[in-house]
Amino acid sequence: MDVALFIPCYVDQFYPRVGLATAEVLERHGVTVHFPEAQTCCGQPMANSGFFDDARPLARKMLEVFAPYEHVVCPSGSCTSMVRNHFETVLPGDPRVAGLRAKTRELCEFLHDVLRARPRGRFPHKVGLHDSCHGLRELRLGSGSERLVPAFSKMRTLLDGIDGLQLVELARADECCGFGGTFAVTEEAVSCAMGRDRIADHERAGAEAIAGGDVSCLMHLEGLIRRDGKKLRVLHVAELLEEATR
Amino acid sequence: MSARDEILKALRAAAPQTVPLPDIGRVSAVRYPDVRERFAKSVVEVGGRCVLVEGPLEAALAAIPEYAAARKVVSLVPGVAKANVDLSSIGDPHDLRDVDFCVLPAELGVAENGACWIVDHGGANRAAAFLTQHLAVVLRGDSLVHNLHEAYQRIAIPSPGFAMWLSGPSKTADIEQALVIGAHGARSCTVLVTAQAS
Amino acid sequence: MTEHAARAAEFIKNDARLHWHDQAVWFVRNKRDIARSFVPEWEELRSLGSQIKAHTLSRLAEYLEEFERNARAAGAAVHWARDADEHNRIVHGILRENGVTRLVKSKSMLTEECHLNEYLEAHGVEVVDTDLGERIVQFRREPPSHIVMPAIHLKKEEIGELFHDKLGTPRGLADPKQLTEAARVHLREKFLAAQAGLTGVNFAIASTGGVVVCTNEGNADLGTALPPIHIACMGVEKLVPSPRELAVFLRLLARSATGQPITAYTSHFHGPRPGASMHIVIVDHGRSRILAREEYRNSLKCIRCAACLNTCPVYRRSGGHSYGVAVAGPIGSVLAPHVDPKKHADLPFASSLCGSCSDVCPVRIDLHHQLLAWRGELAAQGLVPLRKRVVSRVGRWVLARTWAYRFFGKLARIFARYVPNPWTRQRELPPMPRESFRAQWRKRVRAR
Repeated sequence: MDVALFIPCYVDQFYPRVGLATAEVLERHGVTVHFPEAQTCCGQPMANSGFFDDARPLARKMLEVFAPYEHVVCPSGSCTSMVRNHFETVLPGDPRVAGLRAKTRELCEFLHDVLRARPRGRFPHKVGLHDSCHGLRELRLGSGSERLVPAFSKMRTLLDGIDGLQLVELARADECCGFGGTFAVTEEAVSCAMGRDRIADHERAGAEAIAGGDVSCLMHLEGLIRRDGKKLRVLHVAELLEEATR
Repeated sequence: MSARDEILKALRAAAPQTVPLPDIGRVSAVRYPDVRERFAKSVVEVGGRCVLVEGPLEAALAAIPEYAAARKVVSLVPGVAKANVDLSSIGDPHDLRDVDFCVLPAELGVAENGACWIVDHGGANRAAAFLTQHLAVVLRGDSLVHNLHEAYQRIAIPSPGFAMWLSGPSKTADIEQALVIGAHGARSCTVLVTAQAS
Repeated sequence: MTEHAARAAEFIKNDARLHWHDQAVWFVRNKRDIARSFVPEWEELRSLGSQIKAHTLSRLAEYLEEFERNARAAGAAVHWARDADEHNRIVHGILRENGVTRLVKSKSMLTEECHLNEYLEAHGVEVVDTDLGERIVQFRREPPSHIVMPAIHLKKEEIGELFHDKLGTPRGLADPKQLTEAARVHLREKFLAAQAGLTGVNFAIASTGGVVVCTNEGNADLGTALPPIHIACMGVEKLVPSPRELAVFLRLLARSATGQPITAYTSHFHGPRPGASMHIVIVDHGRSRILAREEYRNSLKCIRCAACLNTCPVYRRSGGHSYGVAVAGPIGSVLAPHVDPKKHADLPFASSLCGSCSDVCPVRIDLHHQLLAWRGELAAQGLVPLRKRVVSRVGRWVLARTWAYRFFGKLARIFARYVPNPWTRQRELPPMPRESFRAQWRKRVRAR
């Protein structure tokens, strides 16, 4: 199976190890991984601020870059959601959008739904899982605490076979970390208050590390953790799986 | 053009294509193994008391401390011994300001929320039901339904008129979310579920 | 910094108070979760509620005409107001005609929107808000900070001080039960002295011409059972077709609002009390304009339960007053820009777009999608700060060109730590790697 990696711009530039871990994990499941080098950004930061017209050329570029591939996998719930849920708004009437939407998946959902992966490995640590809001409520990677639906979580299911891994129980299962894109800067006080509260929840629950599916959330949480001198490790689920299945 | 016409015109112009009304009959609303037990539990959960009346109603009323201590009692349920205010003779509802206890009949009770459907409340003098310090509601045991959908299928809503769902005593949590029973209306509500018909 | 951001920053300065407010409101979200767990068909109910409202809105004019006919037949007078001013004049007109100078009021967010209290007071009418939370904020001469719990931002000690000042309660008394008792005695006198009672309308039933008012305190009932005049104010969107549909909303409302299965009083008013009069004031005030906008139409489904406020991580950490409008939180941020897009351009951005609001909404309003739609509209109208527009344009230019993206990405990694940046006020920058992912990937591919 051939898969094209869609690596978010901030992962490419600031957290390359997440991209590498994503590729590793996919390859270990027998996937041939391609990285179309022309890709840049899905346009989410612009759309997030209301500038859909600025996102348009970037979305078009994405359509062209990924056209030749059958599967597109992205280690980010928010960027995947941009493609699946917002490209239609940014490029209304463009017939190519439907195709890209149908074949673009976030990493956990690709592993869980398409590869039906149930990795076995070892990661003997107490970990707090951070569900990103886009992953949870836009892509429905999990049931979420708001709705009365049968409980499920693709991320947790993938981690079921990892020995020694203890997932801690948080007081607030899926409250937003406060990154929110440009919100992180324009409403800085609220954003950091939200982030600190999430971190405190993980700490009180006994987490040694926080793992999640979105580097945007993790970047924000890690930024606070390091500024506040705390000792929690922050890592992407891809990194956890890569380490666990070596 | 009148305001009415302008508003209706604007609403017609703005209206999207007609969306069909969904069939509410399809919903599989919650039902309970024991409707009476659930009703009693719900009444307690909303801050009221629920008493299953086996003997005479008066005995059950006398067992309510607030009734026993009451001096001015209004009753829309006939045959209540301590009732000493004839609502029909009251010309001004303000005269009911010192009513201690009020007994009201309910047509129906709903298990999911402990609510009682009250239609007979004194008409022009319905203030008695709200000025009273304490309330008792008399409900027949065979007038219980599981949920509000069943309830609305069975009740008649008087028009013109006033009717209400009463669920427990008045309450508020407006001060630091501390639940206080007895806000502006009744401080207590005892639901007496009778076994016999009428 | 936007208005909301500035006020929020102030709110957050008091760390203890911030967490107290956040926990207090989260507690209500929690209660909703528990209540919902007793209704296995909850998600189905939400869908039904949403569809019923969608249907009603698609035939609103017809339903309003039916409602008016039936309300009149039951003996109520029906008035129509195009906007807030007209609403205020109509209400005052009714009071003036009847020589009313003492009015008691139960909760109505519509009258908050219209600033009715100020209007009436300026015209010599004493207005007493009778909901305990509303009376508290009325004493303090401030707006409510929450639709359902108007005084949620206040501690009991503050309320104790207020009551000592206004009601003569002993200094230092802060026990909620005793404070409520003092308010009961005080407001009872107001109910008895009132010459008219004004209520909001939770639901208006088209097929019967009745209005339904839900309270826990019984204040709407005391306010309408004693004075000889009942004025009920409602937005056009409050209609439901018949009692059968009403059942759906009554099952959703209190559970979503406070975690109760139903409010203590759910009063169905069909016409006035014998010997009294009833006036219903139907208000548009921008609702027909919202109905015309497909992206925002769903916001008219709102039943004002405040579940979205309770779940909103931003509302909980900034408080209702930081929004500067009568109705705060997610629904407030979606409704306010219709009234004044320039003044309220900050509100759709006072959100991380987490989507929790949409998932708790009992009528499935797609709140977080509407917030994003507003951002697009405000940006197109030029109401988003220039700085942001410039950054977006520059970003677009760079990111549209792979070579520029690679070049500036590398520059960012090298120089970011030296450039002052709002991010770094409270957070460390990500550790800037020497090589990007794509550079490392190339090496990896070559090595094979």
